[in-house]
Amino acid sequence: MTVGKDLVAASATPLVLSILAEGESYGYAILKRVEELSGGRLRWTDGMLYPVLHRLERLGQIEGRWGKSRVGRKRKYYRITGEGGRQLAALRRQWEVVNDTLRGVWIPPRESGCEA
Amino acid sequence: MRLDGSARRELEERIDLWRRFVRRRNVIRQGDVDELEDHLRNEIAELSDAGLAPDEAFLVAVKRLGELDELTGEFAREHSDRLWRQLVEPSGSGSDGGVGSRIEPAVVIGLAVAAALAFKAPALFGLPLSDDNAGFYLRNMSLFVLPCLFTYFGWKRQFGVRLWVFAGIAFATAGALVNTYPFENEGQTEILSALHLPIFLWFVVGVAYTGSNWRSNADWMHFVRFTGELFIYYVLIALGGGILTAFTLFTFQAIGLDAEWLAQGWLIPCGALGAVIVGAWLVEAKQSVIENMAPVLTRLFTPLFTAVLLAFIATMAWTGSSIDVERDVLIGFDLLLVLVLGLLLYSISARDPRARPGYFDILQLVLVVSALVVDVMALAAISSRITEFGFSANKVAALGENLVLLINLSWSAWLYFRFLRGRGPFAALERWQTAYLPVYAGWAWIVFAVFPLAFAFA
Repeated sequence: MTVGKDLVAASATPLVLSILAEGESYGYAILKRVEELSGGRLRWTDGMLYPVLHRLERLGQIEGRWGKSRVGRKRKYYRITGEGGRQLAALRRQWEVVNDTLRGVWIPPRESGCEA
Repeated sequence: MRLDGSARRELEERIDLWRRFVRRRNVIRQGDVDELEDHLRNEIAELSDAGLAPDEAFLVAVKRLGELDELTGEFAREHSDRLWRQLVEPSGSGSDGGVGSRIEPAVVIGLAVAAALAFKAPALFGLPLSDDNAGFYLRNMSLFVLPCLFTYFGWKRQFGVRLWVFAGIAFATAGALVNTYPFENEGQTEILSALHLPIFLWFVVGVAYTGSNWRSNADWMHFVRFTGELFIYYVLIALGGGILTAFTLFTFQAIGLDAEWLAQGWLIPCGALGAVIVGAWLVEAKQSVIENMAPVLTRLFTPLFTAVLLAFIATMAWTGSSIDVERDVLIGFDLLLVLVLGLLLYSISARDPRARPGYFDILQLVLVVSALVVDVMALAAISSRITEFGFSANKVAALGENLVLLINLSWSAWLYFRFLRGRGPFAALERWQTAYLPVYAGWAWIVFAVFPLAFAFA
């Protein structure tokens, strides 16, 4: 199963912010983390991550800096800002609403109560 | 990943080729390519570890990065500021099926000639270019040329009927107002109208420039860039025109003919009007040639103006002398604010909004704040004596302008301060500047349309 394009696009911002909230990271590692977290079911076209990162950087939600990789190549690292943290909190509440709503429909409360 | 020498070299060559290929897309900048390359290398390393041959690994990694067209599209959407220079360059992408570029020079020349003819036409109807009619020509100068510029963008962006109607109404009402008002000959309100009409009409041209995206902040920022670059081009063309005129006069004089009528009646005015259209076309078509000029000029003059202003403030504080309130002092300080605003706007439009605050941003803030300090001192000096002067059209216009600019610069300084402290994104400053543009247009409209009535055409 693969997740549809629209849903992937919509979840990109909260996912990137959440991963950066774990600590500073760079493009490739962020993608690997997404793959790991989703068990490979959430597939991004690799290149699409970068415009997302640049947009968040422009909006001041994340900060980028040029560093060096272990073999000494240029690598751009990103970390979340205070503004990004606030944005993430807001996004999280929104996704929880969506999540709860869908769960409410798919698993009627009484039944799930019995099972639990 | 273990690679022997030749395989490694081959891989490096491929990556290098890929870099050059990607770099050709103008929206993807050097830094972005570096970032993408880092990604590519990580991917290749992992795939090679999984047992793929280097060339296979390279192909798979590139494929995973996404179709270049799609990727370019995504970058373009995020970085539309980099794209603006190709928007109108049909040769750039090759797939631009819009208006043909081959007839563009013809259209540009046609419109430039139309502007020149519009200038010469009133002479046929009994209004020759002479001292008696100076007021008429002064008031209508922008009306000769700016409709032509609007037409150029209308043709280029292939407008719908609504924008043409909007332009028709804007130009026609403006023209009707300044030509039916019974101005006192060379009175203050006439000069003010002549000066403010172009500002308002320039905003109308801005609507044409942004086309159907007139609500988009980014497009208005492009228009600001366009304005600045047109100014640079115009100055260059004017320099060339001046030399051309001088040589025309000189060579004809050498054979005993007086060519002054040719220079004054045709060469200078027609050239000055046509140059607006040609300059606009050059900015549109050859943006990358001069693109680096504007940032260089701002970087050169921002420190110099900051130094002058600081020296001025220091001198005033040291000697305790106050600003001498004379007739034109307010206009002078208005011009100072316009200049500072110009430097600010230009460095904003040329700046990468993602860049971190640097020393130049601090300098910019110092410039704005020192200009504000100087202006407030001037205003204080003037306001204490304003009742003594009485209110004339000039003084109200100058005061209003000062207020309009003061508000913009004060809030800009605040936003800049927030940005420097890391409390707000640079984009907020951009948004503020573009959102403020209609205020200038509104004020210009009030001055050219309402002031003559309010001050009885004096």
